[in-house]
Amino acid sequence: MADQQDVFEKVRNVLMDALSLDEDEVESEARLVSDLGAESIDFLDIVFRLEKAFGIKIEQSELFPDNVLNDARYVNDGKVTDEGLEVLRARLPHADLTEFEKDRSVEAVGDLFTVDTVVRFVMSKLESQTA
Amino acid sequence: MRWIWIDRIIELERGVRCIAVKNISLAEEVLHDHFPATDNHPAMPVLPNPLILEGMAQTAGILVGHANDFREKVILAKVGRARFTEAAWPGYCLRYTAEVVRLDGAGASTHGHVERLDPHQPHAAPVPLAEIELLFSHIDQARTGLDLPEHNFVFTRAFLELVSQSGVDLSPSKAPQGPEAPDNPEASS
Repeated sequence: MADQQDVFEKVRNVLMDALSLDEDEVESEARLVSDLGAESIDFLDIVFRLEKAFGIKIEQSELFPDNVLNDARYVNDGKVTDEGLEVLRARLPHADLTEFEKDRSVEAVGDLFTVDTVVRFVMSKLESQTA
Repeated sequence: MRWIWIDRIIELERGVRCIAVKNISLAEEVLHDHFPATDNHPAMPVLPNPLILEGMAQTAGILVGHANDFREKVILAKVGRARFTEAAWPGYCLRYTAEVVRLDGAGASTHGHVERLDPHQPHAAPVPLAEIELLFSHIDQARTGLDLPEHNFVFTRAFLELVSQSGVDLSPSKAPQGPEAPDNPEASS
C-alpha cells in the first residue's frame, strides 16, 4: 500500500511545478483555485504531471469532472441541481462535499479541490492498481 | 509578413517527435530593433527569446496536430518552463526538437530543446540554446460550448504548406490517435 506521506510529497512537487509555487505554500488544506491560484488549464497540466509522477493513467475529467458543470441537466441558474449533486458525489469520492452542499454555487466547485483531495485521489488510484 | 518562425521540418514521427530548423537572417526586421545601437553600445542583433519560444510552439504544435491529422484545433495553453542559455545570432541556424510527453483527447504536453548550429562549421557540436516545456489544449474538446469557427483556424494553409513542402506526407493516417478518431466519419473522407 502506498505511503500517504510519500504520496503527499510527490503531489506537492507536482503542484509546485505546475503552479510555480514554493514548498511551504502547498499545505494539505490549501484549495487549488482560491489559495494556490490554479486556472482551468492548470488542471490538465496537473493531471499529466500526476500520471508521470505516479505511473498511473487518469481518464479525462476523472479527477476534475468539469464536463458535469457544462451539462444543463446538472446546473440550473448557477447552482448544481439534486441530480448534479448525485453525479458529483459519485464522480468525486475523494472530495468532501459537506460545505459545498450548503450553497451549491458552480463557482464554489473549484474549492472542492484541495491538496488533500488530490492526495486521496492518487491513493485510491494506486490502491485500485495494485488490487 | 507570415507569422511562421520555423523554415523547414526535417523530421516528423507521428505522435513522437518533430525536428525543425530556422535560419536567422539580419534581414529580419525584428533584429533591427533588438537591439539597436546607442551612443554607448554598438548594435546587438539577436532573435528575441519569445520568438524562439514561438518557433518551439509551432514545431511542437505541428507535432501535436499531426498526431490527429490536423483535425484538432491545437492551442498553446501554457508555457511550463522555458530556460535560455545562449543567444541566437544572425548567420546561425536554430534546430528545434520537440517530443510528446503526454497526448490524449484533451491536449498534450511536450518537451523540447533548441540548439544553435554554425553553418560555417557544419561538423562542430551544436550549442544548447534553450529547454522549453509546453502544454497544448484541444480547444473544441476542452471548452465545449464556446462559439468557435468550424474551420481549423490554427493550422492555416500557410502552415500546411510548410509541412507539405518539407516533404511530409499529409495523407490521413490509418490509425490516428486520440479518442475521437476511430468514430469520426470525416477521418476517412
